[in-house]
Amino acid sequence: MQDPMAEIRATFFQECEEQLAALEAGLIAMESGASEAETVNAVFRAVHSMKGGAGIFSLDALVRFAHVFETALDKVRSGDLTATPRVVGIFLRAADVLADLVRAARDGGAVDEQRTAAMAAEFEHLDTPGDAVAPLAEDGVGSWEIVFSPRAELYAKANEAALLLRELGRLGEARVTLDTSRLPDLEAIDPEGAYLSWNISLQSDCDEAEIRNVFEFVEDDCELTISRAGVSGFAPGTVITGDNGFKFEFFAPMMEEEPEPEPAAIPATVQAEAAAEAPRNAVVEAIAAKAESATAVSATIRVDLDRVDRMIDLVGELVINEAMLSQRVMEAGIARASGVAMALEELEHLTREIQDSVMAIRAQPVRSVFQRMPRLVREVAAQTGKQVRLLTEGEGTEVDKTVIERISDPLTHMIRNAIDHGLETPEKRVAAGKPEEGTVKLTALHRSGRIVLEVADDGAGINRARVKQKAIENGVIGTDAQLTDDEIDNLIFLPGFSTAAKISDISGRGVGMDVVRQSVQALGGRISISSRPGLGSTFTLSLPLTLAVLDGMVVSARGHTLIIPLGAIVETLKPRGQDVFPLDRDTNLLALRGGYVPMVDVAASLGYCEELLEPEQGVALLVEGEGGVRAVLLVDAIHGQRQVVIKSLEANYRAVSGIAAATVMGDGRVALILDVDAVVRQARSEGNRVDAAAMEAS
Amino acid sequence: MGHEAGNRELIAFRVGRQEFCINVMMVREIRGWTGATELPRTPRYVKGVINLRGAVLPIVDLAQRLGLPGTEPTARNVIIVVQIGHQQIGLLVDAVSDILAASDAEIQVAPDLASDLVKNFVKGLLPVEGRMISLIALDNVLPASELEAA
Amino acid sequence: MSTTVLTVDDSRAMRDMLRHSLVAAGFRVLQAEDGMHGLEVLAQETPDVIVTDINMPRMDGFGFIEAVRKDEARRAVPVLVLTTEVDAAKKQRARAAGATGWIVKPFDPVKLVEAIRRVAA
Repeated sequence: MQDPMAEIRATFFQECEEQLAALEAGLIAMESGASEAETVNAVFRAVHSMKGGAGIFSLDALVRFAHVFETALDKVRSGDLTATPRVVGIFLRAADVLADLVRAARDGGAVDEQRTAAMAAEFEHLDTPGDAVAPLAEDGVGSWEIVFSPRAELYAKANEAALLLRELGRLGEARVTLDTSRLPDLEAIDPEGAYLSWNISLQSDCDEAEIRNVFEFVEDDCELTISRAGVSGFAPGTVITGDNGFKFEFFAPMMEEEPEPEPAAIPATVQAEAAAEAPRNAVVEAIAAKAESATAVSATIRVDLDRVDRMIDLVGELVINEAMLSQRVMEAGIARASGVAMALEELEHLTREIQDSVMAIRAQPVRSVFQRMPRLVREVAAQTGKQVRLLTEGEGTEVDKTVIERISDPLTHMIRNAIDHGLETPEKRVAAGKPEEGTVKLTALHRSGRIVLEVADDGAGINRARVKQKAIENGVIGTDAQLTDDEIDNLIFLPGFSTAAKISDISGRGVGMDVVRQSVQALGGRISISSRPGLGSTFTLSLPLTLAVLDGMVVSARGHTLIIPLGAIVETLKPRGQDVFPLDRDTNLLALRGGYVPMVDVAASLGYCEELLEPEQGVALLVEGEGGVRAVLLVDAIHGQRQVVIKSLEANYRAVSGIAAATVMGDGRVALILDVDAVVRQARSEGNRVDAAAMEAS
Repeated sequence: MGHEAGNRELIAFRVGRQEFCINVMMVREIRGWTGATELPRTPRYVKGVINLRGAVLPIVDLAQRLGLPGTEPTARNVIIVVQIGHQQIGLLVDAVSDILAASDAEIQVAPDLASDLVKNFVKGLLPVEGRMISLIALDNVLPASELEAA
Repeated sequence: MSTTVLTVDDSRAMRDMLRHSLVAAGFRVLQAEDGMHGLEVLAQETPDVIVTDINMPRMDGFGFIEAVRKDEARRAVPVLVLTTEVDAAKKQRARAAGATGWIVKPFDPVKLVEAIRRVAA
């Protein structure tokens, strides 16, 4: 059985991720001028809720930072602080720090304590312009000596000394010392008695009334003396709190100090009063809060992903069964216009609709990924010294959960690249007559059954002369190669290609656009770039909407039915004898637009047979594998395109090289989905590999 | 058969002229033969994969796996779907012959004469009414890795 | 019949934690995600004790407590506020709204159970 605490902990971190996203979204809304109470409330609640949860698991660092953050947000909530762009900017960076703290707490990593501390310090000066002098200048501050001795009644009424001390700490710098001199011997202690008192030196320019205010509700239940003190009136003693009294408050829970003798913790009089005259302003506030937040919650349910997946499996089977039934009916020679055929058509329609609806359950808006990008942009902008404005569009565009999880990395690289290589420095921009601030626009949209993600910058565009020069230097293209502008632009996806004169810190993290392209293609996606000199570049990434189904070309190779992912196919062609050039016994090359592409006999490469197909008798598919490597696949025939449900071979068997997965066809038989990359890789490697593969299987 | 503790229920089946049995607890279902899709680069005893209500199920020709002449399956052959750990596989056999109960005491140790291949799988012998049924373990039925397959 | 406790908190982790602690102590636990939801639960059930958070969407703890106190059938149900709020004004506001006790998160499960037993008695 699973540890319930571990589960709750996992829930907490999951919630934190949601709250971090809500926090950032709220702050970004505030940054662009939203000042509605509910936006501020939602932002406050996100931090507040994380603090509460972190407390359960004693995540001290997280609690501490969330607390100072929350305190600052509370000032905005109460109107004491205006959410100027500078303040919201600080909040945004604080949200990043908070996110780091959450992840460090979850994964056990370290956090940059200096950064956290510096951030916390920044909160101190939120209400002053960046360069102004902090208000708590030494000379202007008066000193107060406060002696606070709670009586037992104070605790009995569910008050906490620690909280009052903390309150006091808000007025200024409080130095608290605990006076235990009234503590009797252990055997004489009344567990419900009160023996402790505190001496507080408060450095603050507040007046006495403000101090009394803190003790307003307990004044009758304690001894309180407040007096002016000399400039350095710090009494020596045991300091039991940190500078902000924080630790004490959170880790000496009130319950320990609050042994309540009677069931009703609040004296009858207070309770009666409360029931009789609930303060009118409180009611008004509550109603206002209700009205403000009415739109915040949409009706959703949480469902275990396994259940949804099970349903998707079942619907997949339903689709297959329906296809089988149709096939049998057609085989039985039933007329298309007959009642059976028409009912069947309706069934097919309904089945497809169910499949779409079920897939839609797993669909999620790309928002969760988009929300991570503003932070990335801030960081990269800071590292490169460029000014960047990020615009997003279509963040509600939905895509299957499996895809969502995998678009984050390529998107990150595309955006890094756009800022680092695409945008110019502010100086260069000004010189070119552009605004100092560059723009990166991130767009998501659906196009012909795929999701398209675009990252567009208004930078200088690709320096084609330099790209081409570099490609020639690296031997990627010949010195006399004639390439279109588009072809030159897309050279940046070739392995080992980097256009930056010196490898910068941002994009030089060992990952080039070739790697991005590879990972995108592994998902059945494509990536390309278009560029206009002086105006900017646009990366376009297109992916299937789900990884549970795949658009494939149904082919046959020596009697074996195979599926070739449509995403890998560039074009189909009928090879002519004069274009085929034998390289050796097993390998042919196909002349294609002036170049030579190796030809792979699919059946032979999988070891289904040894005899190669005569190229002229088959159909050739020009495919592109990892890193843009091309090959021509030779099969016997093409039987059309089809969307297939992807089934794992590993679930009951194991991975088979050359095969990516399996699917079930309309006739109920299993067909294998070709791993194009593996086949192409094999073709590019030693020629005798084909031979070896054939022997392996025999 | 007795009801004493240690009893297990076994399902017996024929492969060629021999009879084998496995614990009935491992069996998920028994179904007729349907055409399997051949897998590339796979040992001969793996006949391929079939569709079992949406799942892709590998089919092992038990005769060939045990070093006997391979089966040329027809509609009369039977697939015993068994659960091994997290995986389900189909065993191609000639026919199911019996369901029987046997106590541990009735199962005899296999003699040390058989081939290595048989020894890998046969865990004991069960004499039943003049027949000799071999109790087999299925842990090693599938190739352990691609290396073994090649 | 075991003591029934309604917990109102917008954090799933906190709700799970409360359920875990309270069920272990033998209480029957009802859960609500915010004040509004709490009132919906109260329309069906009358718990022996309510434990509520303050900062919640839709209806916060203050509004919730006030609504409970206006409900003839449930005005006597003790309400413990469980919050990370340390602001004395908030505490007074909760008290004015009709809260029975104020407990600061993180809570000590043993003490919380003790407090619930005491106010439920």
